Amino acid sequence: MPGQMTMFELGQRAMSAQLVRMNAAASNLANAGSVAASEDQAYRPLRPVFAEHLDAANGISTVRVQGVQRADVAPVRRHEPGHPLADENGDVWVSPVDENAEMVEMLEASRQYQNMIEAMSTAKHLMLETMRMK
Amino acid sequence: MSDGLFGIHGAALQIRAQRMGVLGSNIANAATPGYKARDIDFAAALEARMGGGDELGSIQSATRYRVPVMPSLDGNTVEMATEQTAFAENAVAYTATLGFLRGRIETLTRAIKGE
Repeated sequence: MPGQMTMFELGQRAMSAQLVRMNAAASNLANAGSVAASEDQAYRPLRPVFAEHLDAANGISTVRVQGVQRADVAPVRRHEPGHPLADENGDVWVSPVDENAEMVEMLEASRQYQNMIEAMSTAKHLMLETMRMK
Repeated sequence: MSDGLFGIHGAALQIRAQRMGVLGSNIANAATPGYKARDIDFAAALEARMGGGDELGSIQSATRYRVPVMPSLDGNTVEMATEQTAFAENAVAYTATLGFLRGRIETLTRAIKGE
């Protein structure tokens, strides 16, 4: 049947979603501690939003990345008059990235990625067994 | 024809394959907020199928939401340990059903060849 979701498509989409999550966490880690001249310009952590995507024809559902949003956290003001980006009060704005939270996020994403691969390889193995049956 | 040939094992294999998809969906949605984990009650699905129901209908009527041991704050009810165990159990049962089918086909082949 055309257009029906298979176990492979399910796995592929779930893995790309986890990859988006991992990339977001990596971007956040890369920008940890970066400073900006004003509150508006400061980096805010990226957060992907996942949503369920149901294939009603066979009751299988996969993951869809609904969008990548900026977390609503206020940047940290730091008084550093010698900094080239400091404003008239001598303050710079540091990105509010929680390194520990990002590391946990990354670990969880990679674990769930691994899980999906495991499930997919089992499914592939069973499908091949069925194909070879004679 | 194929129903008589494979008997209960043909229907069982279909349900096992579908259950693999449903459990795979749960594993895929482990991080989706608000996702409710589902599972197929295999015995109920097989009973409905053998009672003359069609494949999709009997599977849908036997699909249930999983009751979580400890619900998470974002409304997601996927628990990895439960899902992995169910997936492994289903894979073993699928292999067993394949074995039964293989035996059946072998018997028939022998009968046809007259060995």
